[in-house]
Amino acid sequence: MDNNYYDPADLRKFGKISDWSPELGEKFFDYYNSVFKEGALSAREKSLIALAVAHVVKCPYCIDAYTKDGLQKGITKEEMMEAVHAGAAIESGATLVHGVQMMNKYNKLSM
Amino acid sequence: MATKSLKAVGHDLAQTNKQLELLASGPFAQGDLPLFKDKITQSGQFPLRPKSLEILQINVGYMCNQVCAHCHVDAGPDRKEIMTRETMQQCLDVIKTTGAHTLDLTGGAPEMNPDFRWFVEKASAAGIKDFIVRSNLTIIRANKKYHDLPEFFAKHGVHVVSSLPHYTQGKTDKQRGDGVFNSSIEALKSLNRVGYGKPDSPLKLDLVYNPSGAFLPGDQKAMEQDFKKALWEDFGIEFHTLFTITNLPIARFLDYLVASGNFEDYMYALVDAYNPAAVSGVMCTNTLSVSWDGYLYDCDFNQMLGLKVASKAKHISQYQEDLLAERDIVISQHCYGCTAGAGSSCQGTVA
Repeated sequence: MDNNYYDPADLRKFGKISDWSPELGEKFFDYYNSVFKEGALSAREKSLIALAVAHVVKCPYCIDAYTKDGLQKGITKEEMMEAVHAGAAIESGATLVHGVQMMNKYNKLSM
Repeated sequence: MATKSLKAVGHDLAQTNKQLELLASGPFAQGDLPLFKDKITQSGQFPLRPKSLEILQINVGYMCNQVCAHCHVDAGPDRKEIMTRETMQQCLDVIKTTGAHTLDLTGGAPEMNPDFRWFVEKASAAGIKDFIVRSNLTIIRANKKYHDLPEFFAKHGVHVVSSLPHYTQGKTDKQRGDGVFNSSIEALKSLNRVGYGKPDSPLKLDLVYNPSGAFLPGDQKAMEQDFKKALWEDFGIEFHTLFTITNLPIARFLDYLVASGNFEDYMYALVDAYNPAAVSGVMCTNTLSVSWDGYLYDCDFNQMLGLKVASKAKHISQYQEDLLAERDIVISQHCYGCTAGAGSSCQGTVA
């Protein structure tokens, strides 16, 4: 084992999670692959959503994977960056909306 | 952006043996990835054998007005390998008798061969069903003497297949050079003006998409829709079909992979995407490639790696279709490029 938590080469071993639990692994990958197929949303739109979420959950593997996936789908860097901002906006909004809770508590406790 | 070929600068990878060594090194030498031969053996497809010949692809020379970063030919203005009229005549003799229904001219920029128009006139009269010229588009705008190429192509019923890596300027110019996108757009408009690419027009205009980097092409149909929408909305341009072609790790693309630290990951990506169904449709099973000096290869990629056909008939002057049909196809690790995902050929996906 290497002396670091993340190794880019581990991404291509993702499928190995099935080795220790084949049934659940298979169910997960079936589900995963179905999710990203063309549906009511295009595969292109889903790739951008995945990229945004990858940043929000701060998964370096997912960021590598969905940057590459976007390139493969002909998605431009401007579209990718806008997707990252969409994720970042929700994430910062989620923090800031708690400011209302802070304000409520402040007001309740204050004379 | 490079302005010279690997050959002109004396780069190691201009030597075919160095490229083949590299393609057998790293994860292939360490046993982490299977050799292509072993992989197709597992799926019961070794040795790879030709089916009936459908396409005769002739490379009329490596000279080109562009020096594209991904070029597997290592083409450029400094390349002097040009097919002579004598070799063209030998090709014509074959074209008249071949069972192939498609003739496919490529290069370099085939239009830069001084005998190109003579050859097109003769070959178009030889009764071939589908006559393709692979045009890089910018050649049409490069010099006044090429401005009438759209009319010339139309007159001889040529099927034009052109490269355009993306429908945005940035990505196109990064791969193919500054100004290439605008020049390509002008060339496409001039082809549309004479009737190429219009719905139901017999003048076929297809585009080729190569990824501009170390990644595989996306779904051909989805990309075609994106290209059609963007080119129509932004420029009023029409075309028929988009072919997505995987970049093979050869020549300048191989050099790029190594220099950018992407070689190993790219080979893993190709092997991971291996599709046995694509193997049965790869173009070397229905195509023969002829080089500028008349030698025969299983495909244009093998030509660039110097891997001649494994047959007694090695030259167009010795051409015997039945004898060539008995050969085994020569393979190496670059072949993973044609068997990844939906497969890849000069006609786009195969599976």
